[in-house]
Amino acid sequence: MELLGFQLPTYGWSTILGSAISGVFLGAIYALVALGLTLIYGVLHIINFAHGALLMLAMYAVYFLWHLGGVDPYLAMLIVVPGGFVFGYCLQRGVIGKTSHGRDEIILLVTLGVAIVIENAALFLFSADERNVQVPYDLDGIDLGVTYVVWTDLAALAGSLLITLALWLFMVRTDTGKAIRAVAKERQGARLVGINVDHIFAISFGIGTACVAAAASLLAPTYAVYPQFGYLFVLIAFTVVVLGGMGSFVGALVGGFVIGITEQLGRLYLGESLGLITISAIFILILLFRPTGLFGQKA
Amino acid sequence: MLEIRALEAGYGSVRVLHGVDLDVGEGEIVALLGSNGAGKSTLNNTLSGIIRPLGGAIRFDGRDVTGATSVKMVDLGVIQVPEGRRIFPNLTVRENLELGSYRRGREGRAAGIERVVAVFPRLSERFGQFAGTLSGGEQQMLAIGRGLMAQPKLLILDEPSLGLSPLLVEEMFSLIRDLHGEGLSILLVEQNVFQSLEIADRAYVLENGLIALQGPAEELVEDEGLKKSYLGM
Repeated sequence: MELLGFQLPTYGWSTILGSAISGVFLGAIYALVALGLTLIYGVLHIINFAHGALLMLAMYAVYFLWHLGGVDPYLAMLIVVPGGFVFGYCLQRGVIGKTSHGRDEIILLVTLGVAIVIENAALFLFSADERNVQVPYDLDGIDLGVTYVVWTDLAALAGSLLITLALWLFMVRTDTGKAIRAVAKERQGARLVGINVDHIFAISFGIGTACVAAAASLLAPTYAVYPQFGYLFVLIAFTVVVLGGMGSFVGALVGGFVIGITEQLGRLYLGESLGLITISAIFILILLFRPTGLFGQKA
Repeated sequence: MLEIRALEAGYGSVRVLHGVDLDVGEGEIVALLGSNGAGKSTLNNTLSGIIRPLGGAIRFDGRDVTGATSVKMVDLGVIQVPEGRRIFPNLTVRENLELGSYRRGREGRAAGIERVVAVFPRLSERFGQFAGTLSGGEQQMLAIGRGLMAQPKLLILDEPSLGLSPLLVEEMFSLIRDLHGEGLSILLVEQNVFQSLEIADRAYVLENGLIALQGPAEELVEDEGLKKSYLGM
C-alpha cells in the first residue's frame, strides 16, 4: 500500500482488528479525560489548562496510596475521586474564581498558572523519576483470537463507560445536574431562580477533576507517572473535545474512541512516534471542515 | 411589604439610580413605568440581588434585605420574571419549571406544576420539548410559569408584553389581573403605559434614575405630563 509516496506496510485483518481494539481501550481513557474537560468548558466556557496537571497529581495520589499504603489502584478510586472533587471545588471557588473577577481571559491564564505551579511542585517534591504501580494481575487477560486483551484494559473501558453513564444520569435526573446545564446556557436566568452560580461553577470544576482522578485510577496499572505526565493526555483529550464538539458528552465519548482507534492504527502503519501525527491531522481537518465538531452546536 | 428608600445603584462606576423611593403593599399591583434607559431593569436587578446597591435601603416583609444575594431574595419570595425571559433553552419545558422550584425542594413540585398547567394549558403539550424551540408567547408563559413555581410573595414582571402579538398582550394583562386576584403582590414594569395603568393600583414613573411621578393609577391616567411624554398629546 502506498500513501503520498510513502510505502506503508501491509498487514492482515487480524492485526488491523487487534490494533483497532486496543484503540478502543485507549479511547475509553481519552474519553474520560475529555469528559472532564468538556464539562468544564460547557459550563465555565474556558479551557482548563490545569487539567493535565490535575491528572498527573491524581496519578501520584494513586501511586503513593499503593506505595505507602498498599492500596490497590482500582480501590484507590474510592479515595481519589471524592478527593479530586473536593480539590477541584476548592481550586475553583478559592483560587480560580476569586482571582479571575469573572473575566474569561483571566480564568484561562489562572488555570495555566495553576498548571505550572502544580507541575513544578511535583518536580520538586517527587523528582523527575518515573514511578510505576505494580499489580500482580497486570498481564492477566483473555485471548480474543485476534488479540490478547488484558483485564486492566477491559477495566478501563468498563470504568469509562460506567462513569460516563453515571454522569449523564446525574445531569438529567438531579436538581444539581439540571442547574449545571442551566448555568451553562443562561447564567442570569439561573441566578433568578436562586441558583448560586459560583457554587455551580465550583461543582462543575470538581466533577471535571473527579473525572481525571477516576482516569488516573484506571491508568495507573498500565502507565508510569512523572511530573509532565499530563501533557500528552490532555493535548489528545483536547483534540477529542474539539472533534466531539465543545461541551458535548456524547461527543467526548465518540471522539475518544475515534481518536484512540486512529492513534493505534497510525502507530501500526507509521510507527510508534510518527503515528501520533494522525491525531494532529484529524485536529486540523475538523477545524477546517467542521469547526463545531461532530456533536457540537453553533455558538 | 416592599419598601425601597433612597436607592442608588448602577454598573461599575456608572450610577443609574439616583435615590429611588418605592413601595409595594400586600396584595397590590404597582406599575413601574418609564422609557428605555430610565433604570427600570437596574431597579429590578437590584431587588433580585443580581447587582448590589450603592446606597439606600431595601426592606421586605419588615426585614432589611439591602445587599442580599439573589439566593436569599428567592428564598424570601421575591421572584423576578425578567425581560427577555431568560428561560433555559437547552432544558425541556418540564425541567425549566422544576428549576423554578430549585430553592423550594421537591415536596410542592408536582402541585406547583399542576397549578402552572392550570394557568397555561398550552405548556403541558410542550413538556418534553426544549424550551428554546417554543414560540415567543409560549416562552413568556414558561418564564411566568417558572416564576410561579418559586411560590412568589412578590412577583416582579419585567416587560411581560414585550414582543407579543396584540392578542397575546391582552391575554397577558388579563392573566396578570387573575394572578392579582389570587392575592399575589405584583410589581409590573412596563412600557405599555395605559394598559398597565388600567390594571394597577398605583404607579411610579421613573425618569433618568429618579421617580418623576407617582400616585394612584386612575389619577396618573389623567396626568397631562404623562400623556405628553408617552402619547405625544
